[in-house]
Parts: sequence; structure tokens; C-alpha cells
Amino acid sequence: MHEKSTRLVPPPDRFPGLHRRGFLAATGAASLGALALAGCGGSGSGSGDGGSKGDGTPKRGGRLRAAFAGGGASETLDPHLANLFADVARAKALFDKLADYGADLSARPRLAEKWEPDKTLDRWQVTLREATFHDGRPVTARDVLHSYRRIADPKRTFRAKASLEPIDLDASRATGKRSIEFVLKRPTAEFPNVLAAFGAYIVPENADEFDRKPVGSGPFRFVSFTPGRSALFRRNDEYWEGAPHLDELEFVVANEESARVNALIGGQVEYAHELNPTTARAHEGGGRIEIVRLRNSAMQGFCMKTDRAPFDDERVRQAFFLIADRRELVDGALSGAGEVGNDLFGKGYEYYADGLPQREQDLDRARALLQQAGAENLRVTLDTSAVAAGFTEAAGIFRDQAKKAGVTIDVRMGSKDSYWSDILDGGTLCCYRSGAMPIEAHISQRLLTGSTTNATKWQRKDFDALYQQAQSTPDKAGRAAVYERMQRRLYSEGGFLVWGFADWIIGTARTVKGVQTEAPANTVDWARFDKVWLA
Amino acid sequence: MSGLRSFVARRLLLGVAQTAAVVLLVFALTEMLPGDAAVALAGDQPDPARIEAIREALRLDRPAVERLADWAAGLPHGDFGTSLASGRPVARYIADGFGPTLLLASLTVALLVPLGFGLGVLAARHEGRLLDRLVSSVTLAVYAVPEFALGVLLVTVLALRLGWLPPTAVGYGTDLLGHPAALVLPVLVLLARPVCSLVRLVRAGMIDALASPYVAQARRYGVSGARVRYTHALPNALAPAAQQLARTIDWLLCGVIVVEALYVIPGLGTVLLNAVAERDVPVVQGLAVVFGVLTVVLNLAADLVARRLAPRSGVAA
Repeated sequence: MHEKSTRLVPPPDRFPGLHRRGFLAATGAASLGALALAGCGGSGSGSGDGGSKGDGTPKRGGRLRAAFAGGGASETLDPHLANLFADVARAKALFDKLADYGADLSARPRLAEKWEPDKTLDRWQVTLREATFHDGRPVTARDVLHSYRRIADPKRTFRAKASLEPIDLDASRATGKRSIEFVLKRPTAEFPNVLAAFGAYIVPENADEFDRKPVGSGPFRFVSFTPGRSALFRRNDEYWEGAPHLDELEFVVANEESARVNALIGGQVEYAHELNPTTARAHEGGGRIEIVRLRNSAMQGFCMKTDRAPFDDERVRQAFFLIADRRELVDGALSGAGEVGNDLFGKGYEYYADGLPQREQDLDRARALLQQAGAENLRVTLDTSAVAAGFTEAAGIFRDQAKKAGVTIDVRMGSKDSYWSDILDGGTLCCYRSGAMPIEAHISQRLLTGSTTNATKWQRKDFDALYQQAQSTPDKAGRAAVYERMQRRLYSEGGFLVWGFADWIIGTARTVKGVQTEAPANTVDWARFDKVWLA
Repeated sequence: MSGLRSFVARRLLLGVAQTAAVVLLVFALTEMLPGDAAVALAGDQPDPARIEAIREALRLDRPAVERLADWAAGLPHGDFGTSLASGRPVARYIADGFGPTLLLASLTVALLVPLGFGLGVLAARHEGRLLDRLVSSVTLAVYAVPEFALGVLLVTVLALRLGWLPPTAVGYGTDLLGHPAALVLPVLVLLARPVCSLVRLVRAGMIDALASPYVAQARRYGVSGARVRYTHALPNALAPAAQQLARTIDWLLCGVIVVEALYVIPGLGTVLLNAVAERDVPVVQGLAVVFGVLTVVLNLAADLVARRLAPRSGVAA
């Protein structure tokens, strides 16, 4: 399926690049919705079977220590403030969402047992399963409405607020103890994606303080928490999906990748999140630790601003598509830990247009297109930053590739703390990456006229209309056809040059079993410790 | 004695001014960094409306001078302000980070002083002979190794290959003392370069002093060798070493970022690094105050010790 590149010299390990904090590429604005999946697939997704490694019969007991890059002394257990991978991993141990994403980024029911739209797709009945919070109280419709209203509070700035935007929370109401009628501002066929949105966790009614004794409905109960250091949780025997195998789960924070690896090899932790490809290669098959690669976890690409020169000319964008040697970028910038992209987001996800031919480097055609556009001897600045693994390497490689087509690229290094904000409106060309999210969410957040993080400045009225059409189409096949049309358009003249999809790499001790491999970061089975056991 | 008192008073006053200058400078530099706490908090979801809302919620939309004045007004009551990133008191950040930092620093200094002075005197006594050459070349070699390289080397050999020591202190943040084995490697790394510089300073000072006319005079009077060395020559040799020691302690207390990151020790260096990345200005300023005061006090102490050891240097001061 995927070859390991061994021919390239690994890029220098930037050791003093301290504090490489993994920001999850976000689910931001309006994730709009999906299939009317009423009552499908009761217990969510795969439990220890399917895509997991190793296995055997699950064994009960023990404490698993998991090392993540963290947020230092500012960390919190407030699930609605979750921002980093460590935050989300802790949040999903303590709390549940109504839905979550499967391996193909389609929404699966979690606390919601089923959902059903009316004919116009702007009213949805959601029924909760029978579940209890850690203090024994049942999870009710009122808790759900409280949670969503807390997130949407205009005085606050929770990340999931934009995702919940389609919901009219004043009009939505509890229709029973475990049933809610959500009233939406417009037809939203992909509404279940909203329920699965990043950070949309259900907390008990009136809960507003989470650092002392947070109460959730998740698979683990709170024991102790020291921000920036460790969080200790204990098995929740009453968990609605069955009690976890582990007795205890401890999250520890180690920001430096080498420290996470050392702690794993030295037996101080059993699970180390976010390893470098070079580390993975050094230890894969070495016998001391297990390397788990989560495919399709992070889109890697370049953003061309389609509203300004030179990229306001689609021929220049097409020329850039043809300049990229994707295999070389994956091998060089990702050390081979990933697969090539085809200028579309979401390879392997639901609705992905996989029928389009794989784009290859074609320098002659690129040169011809540039000539037609009157852009010979083109000179552009490529913004990059050490904000994500492989960014600076990708910029350097692409600069060399462009030179062969007569394009001069000046690479400009930016501050990593403000990079995403800097590139949103500034510059013309920049390095970009995104974590996993449904294709529909990618479109609504980044490719509509009103999108809040439209880094390619792709603003096309007819494209917006297609999106609305998809959202008003009840049947899935019909929607798939519309999404395909939209993706064809992006493939031929969009602003995203998607050259690859990076693996997310995790290391575990050999005793750790039941770790899911078919689980891109951000999906339900990623960092899922209730299905893991120690052999 | 009143001369000493006015010297101390002068230095303390100067120290307050220096600390204030450091805080102002740090504030100005942090303000000059691209982006602010709102941008850093928004991360990869830089929705402009959300950034504006965060800015408003954090009251970052006020002029910089006003924010600085607000924060400074709390200082006299010991109020360091609250973190922008978490809303928790800055004093908590500093207190939490200070524990591990102080522990590491005390252990290092406790080993550094006897080792540095002992080896320095030893080398000076055997000046030019095998022992001296051995000490000199080893200290020079170790001094040349950057701390992160030494750190990685020690982890790889002692922790991962031989399995004698834990490779990191991950998860022990709240109870470092309960896991003394985890402290061995970081202390070794912290010790390595300061020991070398101290040994070389003591050795050089000792050799100078032993060759000085007053030592020759003492010898001519028939004062015993040990007495000449330890009561006449050594104090003079120690004066420059005391200054160096103060600088080392200052470095240890003001956050040893590389060692903290490599061994996962959540000290002040880690707090500072996170705070700068988050543009958490109150935390950065709080740390600047602490670091400024520490530097002033330590340098003053070193000067006082040097005056005591070699009074003639005080004339010039």
C-alpha cells in the first residue's frame, strides 16, 4: 500500500526546535451536515477489532501512561477549550460528544442514539442513548442544550462556536428527557457533522468549572490533574459502551519529541503521541517499541491566493499544479511518511472524488501555461514557518522544482506563533496543512464566500450555490454527485495545491494492544484509550 | 561598616532600577513580536471575528501603556496579575515552576562548589605535572561539548543502552524528590560546563597567587605550605571564582530551557518558553521581575563575598 522511502537522507533533526506543539487543524466554521443516518450502527465504531494491531483477548487492569505534547501551565480540562491534541485526548477520556467521526470522517452516533431530519432538513430530532454522568445523574436533553448554549455564548470564544452556527439554539428545545428538537437556520443535510464537531462535548447542566472535579459521561473518571504535567483518570465501570480495560489512564506532558521517545524506550510511558518519521524509521521492526501509523491524518499543501496576482489567473494556478513533484515532496518533507495528494482535500474520506487522474509533474506544460498567461520569469514569495513538521523542507523542495519551470520562488520564514493568522489574508503563496475533518467541513470553512478561514480566497457564487444545493439534497447519492462536481472544479482551477497526506505516527510499548490503526487524528478511534489494554 | 551599608543600599537602589528597566524592555520586546495572545490562542483557526472577540475578552484592545500600568499597579501588593492564556494567577505559574528549578539548582550548586574548588586547587598544586594536565585537558574537552549534545549522549548511553537511570522525569513533575534517580542525568548535564569553568578559574587564580610576592614573602618567613595555600593564596583566588559562581547560580535559577525540555522537568524555563509562545505578557513580565531580582541579589552577594575575601578589590568598587 505504501512504500517506505529509505533512499533519502533524513532531514536534520532540529533538536532545539523546542516546544513543537501540535495544533489540531481545526473544525471551525459551520460543519454542516451529513446523511440522515437515523439509528445506524448502535455502538459507534470498531472496538479492538478491525484495524487494530496485535490483539489477542483483551485483558483487564493496569495503568497506561500516555505522553503528549502539551500546553504547559495554561492547560485546562474544560472540554470546550480543547485546542491541542493533548486537550482532545483528555477531553474524550472524560466526556462524550453526540456524534464522532469514523475513519472516513462520516459522523457516527455516540451519545446520540439516532437522528432524523424532517423533509426540509432544517429540523432534526435527536434521541439520546441511556447514559449517566460520573456522578450518577442521567445524561438528558437539558444537559445537551446547556452544553451547546455554553459553547455558543456570544460573550465567550469557544472554538466550536462557529461549528454550531447552523443551530438556532433559542428555538431548539427538549421534547423529552432524552429527545431534542434542533431547529436549524437553513437546511443542513450534513447536520450530524455538527454534532461531531471538534470540541462539541456534552457536559452536565450548569457545569462551568472543570479543573477541580470535572464530571463527564466518558469512559474514564477524574482522579487528579496538574496543568502541564499530568492528568490521572480511573476506569468508569458504568460507561455506556462498556467499561474500559485499563484500571487507570495517566496523561503526561513532554513537549520535546526526543523526550517522548526516550521515555517510551525507557519504559516510563507506554504510549507516545506524535513522533517524527525519522524516529519511526529507526525503530520500526526494531523490537523495542511498536510504531503505529495513522494514515491520511494531515493534508499538506500550498495555498495560492486566487484573488490576487499572479494567482488570479487560473493558468498560473494550473502551472503550479504541474510544477509539483509530489513524490519528491512526500519523500523529502515528510521523510516518506505519507502519500501523494491530488490537489483535493480528504483522500480516503467520504465523498472524496477518487476518480480523477493522479496529477503528475509536467514542466513543459507548466512553462507553456505560464507563457500563455504572460507570466514568464515569474517571481513569487512563498511564506513558510516552523509551525508544522515538514513546512520549511517543503518550501525548499518546491522552490527547486519551480526553478526548473523558470519560476523564481523566494522563501520567507514567518513566526510560528502567529503564522495561521498571518497567512490568512497576507501574501500570495504559503505552506498549509490541515487535520482531518469531513470534506463538507473543509468546504464550508475554507471555500465559501463567507468562510471564516478562506486562505485561498476562493469566492465563487456558483460554487456557494452548489454547496447549498448539496445541503438541501436529502439523498446521499445526490449529494455525492454535487460534491464531485465541486471537487472537479477545485481540481482543475482551485487554490489548494495538495501535494500529500502525512501519516500521524504513534509509538507504543510492546505490551499495548488494541490500538486502532484505521483512525486519522481527530477521529473517534484516535487516542481512544477505553479500547486499549496491556498484555 | 557604614561604607558597606551605603554600598549595599546603593546597589539595591540600582538593582530596583535595573529590574524595572528589564521589565520595560521585556514588555516592549514582547509587544514587538508578531501576533498577540489572541492570535496565539486562535492558533490554526484564525477566524478574524474570533480573534477580535478573544482580544476583547482579554481586554487586549486597550493601549499597551494602559495594560502595563494596570499590571504594574498590582505589583506593590504582590499581585503579579493573571495569565491571559488560562486566567490563573501569574504567582501560581511562578511558584509551580520555581520548585523544580530550585531543586535542580541547589543540587547542582551543592556538587559544583566542592568539585570546582577542590579540583582547581588540586590542579594548581600540581601545576605543569600529569595531574594538572589531565584536569586541564578534560575540563577543556567537556566545556567544549554543548549541553544538549551531552544530554542526548548521557541519555542514550546511561539510560537507554545500560538502563541504569530513567531517561526522563516525565510525569514526576509534582514529586521530583520522590524519584531521585531521575535527577541524576539533568544534574550531571547542568554540572558539566560550570565545573569546568570554575576549576579553570580557581586553578589560574591559585597559580597567580602562589607566584605573587606576598606568598613568596610568607614562605620566606617560614609559614607552612598548607597555611600559605589555604589562608593566604586561596582567598585571593576565590574572588573571581565567586563572581563566576554567582553567574552560574543565576543561570540555574533563571530557567535552563534545554535541560528542562530534554528531561521533561517543568521548571521556570518551560514556563517562560510557553508564555512567550502564547504571548502571555503578564506571565512573561512576572518572570522578568523574578529573574531581574534574582540577578541583582546574586550579583550583590557575590560582590560582598569578593570584598570580604579580597578587600583591596573593594577600593576600586
